[in-house]
Amino acid sequence: MKLSLIRRERLFASALTGPALFIVAVFAFYPILFSFYLSLHRIVLGLPSLGQPFVGFENYRELFQDRIALRSLTNTLIFVFSTISCELLFGLGIALIINRSFRARGLVRAAVLVPWAIPTVVSSQMWRFIYNDKYGLLNFLLFGAAESRYRAWLADPFFAFLGIIVADVWKASSFAALLILAGLQTIPDDLYEAARIDGASAWQQFRRITLPMVKPAILVALLFRTMDAFRVFDLVYVMTQGGPADSTNVLQFYGYKKIFAEGLMGYGSTISVLVFLITLTLAVFYIRLVGTRLFREQA
Amino acid sequence: MRFSRVLFTGATVMVVVLSLLPFVWFADTSLKTEKEVTSIPPVLLPSGTLDFYRSSIEHYDLLHFIKNSLIVAGSTTFITIMLAILAGYALARLRMRYKGVVMGALLAVSMFPQISIAGPVWRILQHLGWLNSYQGLIAPYVTLTLPLGVWVLASFFRELPAELEDAARIDGCGHLQTLFRIIVPLAAPGVFTAAILVFIYAWNEFFFALLIMTRQSYQTLPVGIALFQGQYTMPWGEIAAASTIATVPLVLLVFLFQKRIVRGLSAGAIKG
Repeated sequence: MKLSLIRRERLFASALTGPALFIVAVFAFYPILFSFYLSLHRIVLGLPSLGQPFVGFENYRELFQDRIALRSLTNTLIFVFSTISCELLFGLGIALIINRSFRARGLVRAAVLVPWAIPTVVSSQMWRFIYNDKYGLLNFLLFGAAESRYRAWLADPFFAFLGIIVADVWKASSFAALLILAGLQTIPDDLYEAARIDGASAWQQFRRITLPMVKPAILVALLFRTMDAFRVFDLVYVMTQGGPADSTNVLQFYGYKKIFAEGLMGYGSTISVLVFLITLTLAVFYIRLVGTRLFREQA
Repeated sequence: MRFSRVLFTGATVMVVVLSLLPFVWFADTSLKTEKEVTSIPPVLLPSGTLDFYRSSIEHYDLLHFIKNSLIVAGSTTFITIMLAILAGYALARLRMRYKGVVMGALLAVSMFPQISIAGPVWRILQHLGWLNSYQGLIAPYVTLTLPLGVWVLASFFRELPAELEDAARIDGCGHLQTLFRIIVPLAAPGVFTAAILVFIYAWNEFFFALLIMTRQSYQTLPVGIALFQGQYTMPWGEIAAASTIATVPLVLLVFLFQKRIVRGLSAGAIKG
């Protein structure tokens, strides 16, 4: 009697999760496998008469000789590394600020959330306007009314890349801050009190209590921000289209161009697979790190 | 002590100003005249004309983009929340096999790079005849927001007292009745939080919208804003106006429901 009750509950639970799992399977897991299948074929969207000949790993061989693809890969890695380091640093700073209690804390927290809530396309256009070569705010702040010295920031390979990094850090630091804040809130106050009684300075308290205690939260923020930074697309599409001279080209943008602008579904899919494998490796690595930390804390 | 207070206040003010200023500047631009937008030195106080709003409606079909965005984001929110209530309830409160695997699989989906699934998703939609249709965009959005919805709702459902189901069963409630008559009303704040987060995601998404909606009549607001083109120069005033319209609802949500959003975002990431 009791067994059948459990069985009925399990059956009901499966029925409840069924629809969600079905959709995720069709539109997320199956496409991952399908991308791999496509990457082994030559498929040109505009030329259906060619069919879909199987070409083995030919596309991959081509990928590793494709200069622009390698450029996009290094760009993406530099972008990921520099944005997440800044975002975690600023995120920690912001979290420390909004964790303290003071009047208008709710308003400050809401203000910090604004960059996170803004559509990326909007923030891309906004920064593009700020960087504008003729009437952008940045030029005015740097050079005043001396218009002859105004620069076209987004036409310069180095500054265009930097500009995209700044725009991303501005938008995503608050998300890192929120995750770190959640970690800060789990630190019991008596730890600080005990430290104060023992005569620990503010810096010592930060080093010996705050930092070790928020480490798991920082790692979670690191994981989510890394995965998100690999997906950078909107900023590049709106601000630079990958230019000048591919200096801001990134993997997701390059893959998009190959598959949808040039119609190279087969070749473009190798980029899809490559991005997936890189992020999968990183995710597994991070989750192990987070996992062991959490485990050690419980022990 | 006093010094550290000054330092703290200064840092707080700086964070707030840096967070708000760029967007305030853009919203400010949307209220200027054509001449004020390009003037050097920049005009701080605009004349407050709504010309750019009028022009973006008349020349750039702004209302159409807004309508499409509302339909897509609204339907996505509704469908995702319904599915996430069912799945989140099962994962949080029922005995079930492979719970960890299911939660892990959902978490993995939230980290998938869009480019890894873009080609095949496009082909599936093409096969179904769903390119340039609302359902064609809603389907991938539901997929990508389900993990968030399920994680947030499961974390809220878990916090309700464990005796609820037993009490309901004694009163003769079936499983589904228990869920919708008792659990969902009690977890209403959680449902609302998840709905806000899903709506913001769907309202802001650009990549899939760009691929799937190639016909202007179906494009959403982010695609419209990204593709605004003037005949000779960039129509900055109109872009700023459309951007402000796209952002103001979100800013309102953030200021009204800051606590919920903070809780929801960290519930998804930390507690699980």
